[in-house]
Amino acid sequence: MALDMKTEPLVRVQNLKMHFPIYGGLLQRKVGDVKAVDGISFDIYEGETLGLVGESGCGKSTVGRAVLRLYDITDGAIRIDGDDIATADAGKLRSMRPLMQMIFQDPQASLNPRMTVADIIAEPLREHVKMSKIEREDRVLELMDQVGLNKEFANRYPHEFSGGQRQRIGIARALALNPKFIVCDEPIAALDVSIQAQVVNLLEELQDRLGLTYLFISHDLSMVRHIADRVAVMYLGQIAELAPRAELYEAPLHPYTQALLSAVPEPDPNIEEQVERIILTGDVPSPSNPPQGCNFCTRCPQVMEICKTVEPQFQEVQPGRFVACHLHQIAENAASEAHKSIQQGEIT
Amino acid sequence: MFNFTIRRLILTIPTLLFISFVIFLIVKLSPSDPTGNLPLTIPAEVREQIREALGVNQPLIVQYLKWLQQFFWIEPLIYLENATGWDLGAGDATRLISYQTRSPVMDLIMQRMPQTLWVVGTAYVVGILIALPIGVISAYKQYSVFDQVGTFVSMVGFSVPPFFSGVVVIVLFSVIIPSDSFFWLPSIYDTTHRVTDWDSFVYQFRQMIMPVMVLALQITAQISRFTRASMLDNLNQDYVRTARAKGLRERTVVLLHVLRNSMIPVVTVIALGIPSIFGGAIITEQVFKVNGLGQLLILSIQGGDVPTVQTLTFIFAILIVLFNLIADILYGLLDPRIRYD
Repeated sequence: MALDMKTEPLVRVQNLKMHFPIYGGLLQRKVGDVKAVDGISFDIYEGETLGLVGESGCGKSTVGRAVLRLYDITDGAIRIDGDDIATADAGKLRSMRPLMQMIFQDPQASLNPRMTVADIIAEPLREHVKMSKIEREDRVLELMDQVGLNKEFANRYPHEFSGGQRQRIGIARALALNPKFIVCDEPIAALDVSIQAQVVNLLEELQDRLGLTYLFISHDLSMVRHIADRVAVMYLGQIAELAPRAELYEAPLHPYTQALLSAVPEPDPNIEEQVERIILTGDVPSPSNPPQGCNFCTRCPQVMEICKTVEPQFQEVQPGRFVACHLHQIAENAASEAHKSIQQGEIT
Repeated sequence: MFNFTIRRLILTIPTLLFISFVIFLIVKLSPSDPTGNLPLTIPAEVREQIREALGVNQPLIVQYLKWLQQFFWIEPLIYLENATGWDLGAGDATRLISYQTRSPVMDLIMQRMPQTLWVVGTAYVVGILIALPIGVISAYKQYSVFDQVGTFVSMVGFSVPPFFSGVVVIVLFSVIIPSDSFFWLPSIYDTTHRVTDWDSFVYQFRQMIMPVMVLALQITAQISRFTRASMLDNLNQDYVRTARAKGLRERTVVLLHVLRNSMIPVVTVIALGIPSIFGGAIITEQVFKVNGLGQLLILSIQGGDVPTVQTLTFIFAILIVLFNLIADILYGLLDPRIRYD
C-alpha cells in the first residue's frame, strides 16, 4: 500500500455531515433533518482519483458539493492542500476557489445560456487573475484547445453545442484557474455511451498532463473501475466500504458492495447465465429517518441481531481497506467496545 | 431578425384593418346618439338635420371607408404639410372631426397626450424602479420578513382598485391633513400649471405625487411579482452553482448571472404594458381630474362621439400590436437561444 501512505493527503475529510432541515406544520417550524451525508471520512492523495459510487439519492453529489463548500456544512472538517475549507468565511473561500473546481453533471443546465463559450471560460480568469485582455483571450483559446474544442466556436452560445462538447466547455472552465483538485459530479451521466468514453479519456489525459486530483462521483461501476485508483461505496449518507480499486472489485467485503457489484451486467452470455445476482429487497430507508443500527440492516442479506441496534464503526480492517460492517468487526469488537466506553466516560 | 421584423410589420396591416373594422362596428352598432347630449329644447327635425350634417345616416360601409381615408390619408398629409410647409393639396379636405367639439380629433388627442404621458409615464417608470429591487431582494431572501411584507403589499396593490386607493389617499392627504401642513397634497391635478421657477416646480411635483403613486402601486405589484418569480426560477439553476464554484462575488452571481437571465420575461411584461400608458389610466385620471386621453375617451363615449372613440381605440390597438412586436424582438435580442430566421 505504498500508494496511499506516501505523504499528507491533498484532501482530508473527517466526519462530514450535511443535514438539510425539513420545515412543516402551520408555522413552518423545523420538524426534522434529511441526513443526506451523515458522518463520512476519507482522504484523497495528490494525483489520484477517488471514485465515489452508490445508488441514486445516497448523497454522492451532496458530498461533492459539500467538500467544495457549495453548501454550508452541518458538521465535520475538510482540509484541502492544508487549508481549512469547512470554517472559511465567504471571502477566504472565494480566494481558495482557484485551487478546487467542479465539473457538473448536466452540461446543458450548468452553463449560463446567455454567455458565449469564451465568456464562460474567461469569467473565472477575470475574477481571480490579473491579465490583459489579449492574454486572457489567448488563455481561453489554449484551454479550448486542451479539451479538444475548435477555437472557432469561442463566440458561440452553449445551446449550439452537443452534449459532449458542452461537457468539454465545462471541463475547460474548471481548468481555467489551474486547480489541483477537481470534483467530477457524474460528468458522464448525461452523455451518450459513445461520448462517455471520450470524456473519461479526456479527463484521464488531463490528469496525466496536469497532475490533477479527482473525486469522481458516478453510479456507473464499470466507468469507475476504469478511472479510479480507490473506490468508496456510499449507502444512505455513509461510506460502506473504501478500498483500492482492484481489491474492491475482486473481493468486496461489505454485503452492500457485493450486491452492487453483482448487479453489473456481464458481456459474455455464458458467464452471464451463471452469475448469481444478490437481489436486495425493500426500499432504501428515508434519509430523514435512518435505521437505528447499521443503515443497511433493513435490506442486508446477512443481517445479524447486533446490526439492528449498534452502528458499525468505519475502520481499517485490512491495510488500505476500510469497511463499516459488523461481519468484519468481530475480532475488533472488544477493542471498539472498550474504545466506546472510554469515550462515553470522557463525555460524562 | 431584420427579415422577421419586416415580415411581422407587413402582417400587422391586415390585422390592424380588421381591428379597425371590428371597432367601427362595435361603436356604430351600440345604441348611442350623437345628439343625445344636446338640450331637450332642440326640436326633432333640427336634430335630424344635425345627424344628416354629421353623416350618421349614410350607409355603414361608406362611413367606414371615409374614416379610413381620413385617418390613413388626410390626417397624415395635413401633419406632413404643417411640419414641412409643403403644399400637398390636403388643405381643403375634410378632416376627422369630433361630433362633440367640432374640432379635429387628432388635435384633441395631441392636446391631451402630454398630460397622460407625463403622469402615467412617470408612474410607470417609478413603478418599475421600485419593483425591480423589491423583486430581486424578495427572491434572494425568499420567505424572509422583507419577502412576506413585499408579498402582502403586492397583494394589496393587485387587489385594491385605483378608484378605491385613489379616494383613500385623497381623504388622507387632502382632507384629514390640514392644507397648511407640509404633507398636504392637492387632490386635483392642474393641467394649466406651468413650471417656470423652483416654487412652481415644487407645486408640480406635489400635485403629481398622488396620481403617480396610486398608479405606481399597481405597476409595482405586478412587476415585482414577475421579477421575483423569474429570479426564483433562475436562482436554483445549475449555472448559478457553476458561477459560485468559479469563485465569483455574490453580487456578480446575483446581478450578472441571475438577474440578467431573469430579465427576459420581465422585459416582455414591461414592453407589453407600455401601450397602457398611452391608454391612460382611465379611472385614475377621473379620480384626480387629470384631463388626459383616458378622460377624453370617457367623455367621448358618454357623448356618442363616434370618430373620437373610434380613433382613440384604434390608436391603442396600433400601440398594442406594435409593442407586441417590440416585445418579440426584445426577446430575441435578450435570449440567444431564440432565433426568428
